[in-house]
Amino acid sequence: MSASVVVTGLGIASPNGLGTKDYWSATLRGKSGIGRITRFDPTGYPAQLAGEIQGFEAKKHLPQRLLPQTDRMTRLALVAADWALEDAGVKPDTLSEFDMGVVTASSSGGFEFGQNELQKLWSQGSQHVSAYQSFAWFYAVNSGQISIRNGMKGPSGVVVSDQAGGLDALAQARRQIRKGTPLIVSGSIDASICTWGWVAQGASGRLSTGTDPERAYLPFDADASGFVPGEGGAILILENESAARKRGAKVYGEIAGYGATIDPKPGSDRAPGLRKAIELALADAGVGPRDVDVVFADAAAIPELDRIESEALVQVFGPRGVPVTAPKTMTGRLYSGAAPLDVATALLAIQEGLIPPTVHTAAISDYQLDLVTGEPRRANVRTALVLARGYHGFNSALVVRGFHESSNNQLQNTGS
Amino acid sequence: MSKEFTLEDLKRVLLAGAGADENVDLDGDILDTDFADLGYESVAMLETGRRIEIERRISLDDGALAEARTPRELLSLVNQYRSAGHSGHAGHAAHAVHASAAGMGT
Repeated sequence: MSASVVVTGLGIASPNGLGTKDYWSATLRGKSGIGRITRFDPTGYPAQLAGEIQGFEAKKHLPQRLLPQTDRMTRLALVAADWALEDAGVKPDTLSEFDMGVVTASSSGGFEFGQNELQKLWSQGSQHVSAYQSFAWFYAVNSGQISIRNGMKGPSGVVVSDQAGGLDALAQARRQIRKGTPLIVSGSIDASICTWGWVAQGASGRLSTGTDPERAYLPFDADASGFVPGEGGAILILENESAARKRGAKVYGEIAGYGATIDPKPGSDRAPGLRKAIELALADAGVGPRDVDVVFADAAAIPELDRIESEALVQVFGPRGVPVTAPKTMTGRLYSGAAPLDVATALLAIQEGLIPPTVHTAAISDYQLDLVTGEPRRANVRTALVLARGYHGFNSALVVRGFHESSNNQLQNTGS
Repeated sequence: MSKEFTLEDLKRVLLAGAGADENVDLDGDILDTDFADLGYESVAMLETGRRIEIERRISLDDGALAEARTPRELLSLVNQYRSAGHSGHAGHAAHAVHASAAGMGT
């Protein structure tokens, strides 16, 4: 029997709330962080709405030495990691450096930093490009900077599988803990709302071109026509359960099961891989469909992908067989940051006995989904399934399970 | 010939390019303190060298730059190049960075 891997700390940076307390309260209220882009003038771009994080001032949280060498996504990730460690009650400098590792996901790297340096390259010449361009833009930079800042030299890495990467990183972190490392900082923050990032994201052809924030991102809805991207995500502290218990840590819940598949090539008559990923995750967790209390949907808002997801859910759970929610309707899709935020939200739902709502969308009745809309639903949540799909056919599913201890702490504000 | 490159100039360039460690007082007696002890690792020094090259229109030798371990040694190096009238194209440091930039998005 492998060691149980539990989550002991959360650090959240989301378009509708900075810090766990702000995020959770906004999410229960159905407050959306989606609006017209403010970080550059989106006039002239096909898509003009995004979920932007407001009020984040890196210099209030990070040493000045780090600012010239970090992209916005890395600054957010470093601060979210600080919050998660604080929430977990972990002081890295009191632990052995080889007993702590960092595994994050990334979907694009530090696009804004890269864009600024490439602009200098073509306008001023190569000698004007920052030496920090050698690492500040690349996929593994968040893992690297979190590792350096906290003196963590255990197994570390980065997983790149678009939005599915957010779950794949947590699974990789679980593997490293089972192989003997007591603590891994995991999850993901993505942030590339700059003109270059916007063009790159737009190339998928999946971005909503709607201009009304309440009608632009409508997964499972008859009017679904693409998604709104956002920035942010969550960093989680994963620990070996017995090590966490030994130090008296608060435990949010367990990473209980995981499954991942790749879709068959386009045009194949084989079935899409999402259902199989769900079944693998449930089997890995040792639970059946009836044990699952809520599903956090991938919610692509592309009609074909919505149909595939709802069919997979009906095949596994039966028609309207399980409550389904997509709080990401309030943040936009955060790429690799989306699923860790959903996992954090699932753990908060378990702790608080509340399923947060999906906003603005009304599921097509043919989909036969029990979509939680409008307001939070009170429920005894013990086991949650989180789904995430990446561009080009990645499917991942993760099961989290709570313990329902009587000693659950009140939600701490580890935010700004 | 351009004017002398002073400790004040160096501090300004360090701050602009790489920031300053909170535990280090750059206004203290730092002339003979190792850059590593001031919180500046190799990439920070590469960035600092690049900024000095642009500002003073000189081309520093990468090897010599890496050997300058303290502010006094770096000031001496820069002023040596300055008085020798080295100038012109960018140093090799920038080429390495250029290659990295070209690899983006892969």
